[in-house]
Amino acid sequence: MTAIERYAAPQNLDEALGILQQGEVTILAGGTDLMPQTKAGRIAFKPTLMNIGRIAGLKGVTLDGEHLRIGALTTISELLRDPLVAQHAAVLAEACDHFASDQIRNAGTLGGNINNASPAGDTLVPLIVLDAEVELASKPNGSVATRRMPLAEFFTGPGRTKRAANELLTAVRIPLPKPGHVARFYKFGTRPALDISTISIGIAGIKRDGALTDTRVAFGAVAPTPVRAPRTEAALEGRRLDAAAIEAAADAARDEVNPIDDVRASAWYRKELIHNMTRRMLDHVAHA
Amino acid sequence: MLLTHDIEFTLNGVTKKLTIDVTMNALDMLRDVVGLTGTKYGCGEGECGACTIRVDGETRNSCLMFAVDFDGRDIVTIEGLAADPKADALRESFVEHGAVQCGFCTPGMVMQASHILDTHPDADAETIKRGLEGNLCRCTGYKKIVDAVESACCGGR
Ligand SMILES: Cc1cc2nc3c(=O)[nH]c(=O)nc-3n(C[C@H](O)[C@H](O)[C@H](O)COP(=O)(O)OP(=O)(O)OC[C@H]3O[C@@H](n4cnc5c(N)ncnc54)[C@H](O)[C@@H]3O)c2cc1C
Ligand code: FES
Ligand code: FES
Repeated sequence: MTAIERYAAPQNLDEALGILQQGEVTILAGGTDLMPQTKAGRIAFKPTLMNIGRIAGLKGVTLDGEHLRIGALTTISELLRDPLVAQHAAVLAEACDHFASDQIRNAGTLGGNINNASPAGDTLVPLIVLDAEVELASKPNGSVATRRMPLAEFFTGPGRTKRAANELLTAVRIPLPKPGHVARFYKFGTRPALDISTISIGIAGIKRDGALTDTRVAFGAVAPTPVRAPRTEAALEGRRLDAAAIEAAADAARDEVNPIDDVRASAWYRKELIHNMTRRMLDHVAHA
Repeated sequence: MLLTHDIEFTLNGVTKKLTIDVTMNALDMLRDVVGLTGTKYGCGEGECGACTIRVDGETRNSCLMFAVDFDGRDIVTIEGLAADPKADALRESFVEHGAVQCGFCTPGMVMQASHILDTHPDADAETIKRGLEGNLCRCTGYKKIVDAVESACCGGR
């Protein structure tokens, strides 16, 4: 039985943070995760259901100094067609292109995808390799407080994050890419639409003289959270992207991940996928 | 006691006021509370598209939406589209191409097709197929549906 005592649809951030401060709240954005999860009983409603969909300040993509700022309520469809995202974070738009279906992209928000904290969430791996940080707002003693954290550190387990109960994720910030920046995303599923990733891979860095620096590698669906791959990154950092370096990085990637068997694939198959697709992506980066 | 909430929204051009359970999904509300049964229940979890409606112009799966979230929004269902002369070409095209067999997927298909044509007025077959990714049909094999949408596009080619 649901024990919802209050429904609120605040019009602005201040009001929303006030409600969060008062006690236990279930946050509703697009509802594409929350509706099936509550219906199936996997998640129980808290006493307050707060629909954040009317908070205009949480929508849209803007330039903020040296950062691209994406509001939490920006939908996957909006990310797909946004000119600033296309210019500064094309790899994110690419990931959105392989996301669910048009109807779900029209409803699902970036903030929802992040806070759902699925290891297979499709925006997470590209955002991690772009060095994205999350912005969390709260109102602990009457005035609004904001903190930021690298997205790579935000996840603690499936469906779990470091967001405190009184905090709202307000935006994601991505540093504007430096000259020579390359970024790639790959999602493996068994069909092109409406498929949860079996694995996903993100690779980024600054490419100069045939080598990558500031290398970022991240994997989805091989651990309880999306993860960065420090040993694969180290195998690549500063090295010429020749066949030996690429093979060494692909081997490091396979050894570094520790996936599970599930309905979508066996652990062995996931490791092979990680190895072979990391190699293929690095080949493409080398020849780009 | 279930918590209820008062909402007011536009449904197929007409203002509607309702008091509903805050956990109810929009599909159940449309079918069981409002009585518009053109929008179909196929899977209840966003996989089949039979429940597709327009929300402020965009298509969404009504089974994944909280009904309370209709408040203040402009909703169009297949019943609204059926009454819209702009959709005549699409409807006739589905009939002409035999794009309907059992018909269960048809309301969702037509809703999504109308959205594709609005956003991509000169969509080719590839764009149409991508746009219909979230709509399952167990009967037709899709070809006739894609043909129907393509020929309704730009008033037919
Ligand atoms: C059929 C189907 C296919 C799907 N396919 C994919 C896919 O291919 N790839 C993929 O990544 N996902 C997929 N999803 C999952 C889902 O659509 C996405 O995760 C979506 O981005 C969730 O956004 P939402 O706005 O609907 O979230 P909601 O359901 O509204 O919220 C999700 C969670 O985040 C919390 N939350 C939302 N916003 C905030 C905020 N601003 N601050 C704090 N907490 C917040 C909510 O409380 C809830 O726990 C699919 C879902 C379905 C039903
Ligand atoms: S009933 Fe909504 S998508 Fe199947
Ligand atoms: S006509 Fe039967 S499901 Fe499409």
